[in-house]
Amino acid sequence: MLKDITIGQYFPGDTFIHKLDPRIKILIIMMFIVSLFFIKTFKPYLLILAFILLSVWLSKVPFKLVLKGLKPLIMIIGITFIINVLLTKGEVLFQIGPLTITKEGLSQAVFMALRLIFLITGTSLLTLTTSPIALTDGIEKLLSPFKRIGLPAHELAMMMTIALRFIPTLMEETDKIMKAQMARGADFESGNIINRARNLVPLLVPLFINAFRRADELAIAMEARCYRGGEHRTRLNELKLNHKDVLTFISMGLFFGFIIINRYIQLM
Amino acid sequence: MIIKLENVNHVYSPNTPFEKKALDDVSLCINDGDFVGLIGHTGSGKSTLVQHLNGLLKPTSGKIIVDGRDITSKDTDLKEIRQKVGLVFQYPEHQLFEETIYKDIAFGPKNLGLKEEEVEERVKKAMGLVGLDYERFKDRSPFELSGGQKRRVAIAGVLAMKPKVLILDEPTAGLDPRGRDEILGRLELLHKEGITIILVSHSMEDIAKLVNRIVVMHKGKVAMEGETREIFKQAEKLVQLGLGIPQITSFMREYRKRGNQVKDIVLTVEEAKDEIINFLRRRGNA
Repeated sequence: MLKDITIGQYFPGDTFIHKLDPRIKILIIMMFIVSLFFIKTFKPYLLILAFILLSVWLSKVPFKLVLKGLKPLIMIIGITFIINVLLTKGEVLFQIGPLTITKEGLSQAVFMALRLIFLITGTSLLTLTTSPIALTDGIEKLLSPFKRIGLPAHELAMMMTIALRFIPTLMEETDKIMKAQMARGADFESGNIINRARNLVPLLVPLFINAFRRADELAIAMEARCYRGGEHRTRLNELKLNHKDVLTFISMGLFFGFIIINRYIQLM
Repeated sequence: MIIKLENVNHVYSPNTPFEKKALDDVSLCINDGDFVGLIGHTGSGKSTLVQHLNGLLKPTSGKIIVDGRDITSKDTDLKEIRQKVGLVFQYPEHQLFEETIYKDIAFGPKNLGLKEEEVEERVKKAMGLVGLDYERFKDRSPFELSGGQKRRVAIAGVLAMKPKVLILDEPTAGLDPRGRDEILGRLELLHKEGITIILVSHSMEDIAKLVNRIVVMHKGKVAMEGETREIFKQAEKLVQLGLGIPQITSFMREYRKRGNQVKDIVLTVEEAKDEIINFLRRRGNA
């Protein structure tokens, strides 16, 4: 059950998309998100869909895996859909009791659901094709101009790296402690909410103790290797932009620029 | 016969890119009163196997019968099975959570729904079995103990369920020699009390000293199975599987190869000592 969570899951590969500079990928995804919110009609969605399909195809990530990212958010998409269907006023299509479904409502609901689906699949493509380390490297580089105003860019990136790195470890540990307590007759699956919450104590206490112990050990291990944070720190793999990165960035910039401008001057 | 496995298979994350076959057609019998050693190198399926024996994992296919009950069928009460088959995980001290040792050991029996007097009696007994003084330790926090003591508290937590079968996954990993001897000594006593024990270990010395039967796992299959001596006779095969034989057994084989008339299979240092003395006497007399 715990293994189903795919947040931040990386699908290793050696494709054009995988090799793209993480900074470029992050910026493209940011443009993608912004332009998604500028879209007000259905037609430009075709462009977005084309962008996603092309990226998936180029990255050779199985399409199933991209869709799997939607699974945990199905509830949210569903609720958004229902609220939009029921609460938008307009031309009435049909009526069931106090609930009216309008044409505008239906189209608005589909529109919103699609926006969420695009948002999730697009962003999960970023984490699927970028290893966590490359991702945090990219974030650190992108944030480094803000160091002047006191933003601890390196520390933030390091914290993210560590947090990501420990997700699978903690999952495994949760699974193990759960099993150990189940072997002593603990029950995590039945009972009402209060009982279930109480039953979590034998799981949470050891989990926290172990997490603190691990954090402590990690801190000592880092200190032992003279880790001192951001200043004057060189890196093994310097991020370098090549002409492919620049070309991709410019063409994608034009592409999303078109979508944004399209809102004001109807081009399509 | 207390546990029987018939053609058990287990596949992790089936139908994904991460699919892995952990158990491959495993058939096995554990008899009442056995002291079984389960060996195999890392990733051979030992841990997956032991988690099947008390229903923590369900086989993808195959049958597991514990004390006459098929635990793979849907209507089996798993709590009852977990009471009968106690499982002590690797580093069991990481599962301790209560404020006092008493409460922690009482966790299992309380989950069985026993009365307070019965729980207390069981905690007392379990602490005795692992060699912790009841009055001295019961109100102390488990977190202020030494590593070996913590581990014994965790093992007591399982023993308090009064299992018929006790499975231990690497019970001595990470302990100092003294903590290790204490735990192994306790296992011997428990076995004499009539508990069937399955010991997972990487230490061939421990296995040789304690168990009467060995099961060797390799790539999810049972590679070898038999009496301790029979298994350690096949040193070459064990080495091939990434395992070995106890140092003293290895030494005696070498000694014999050089033309000295000693037994070909010796399992403990004690046994080797007697054998060498006998041999030297025989040679002196001749």
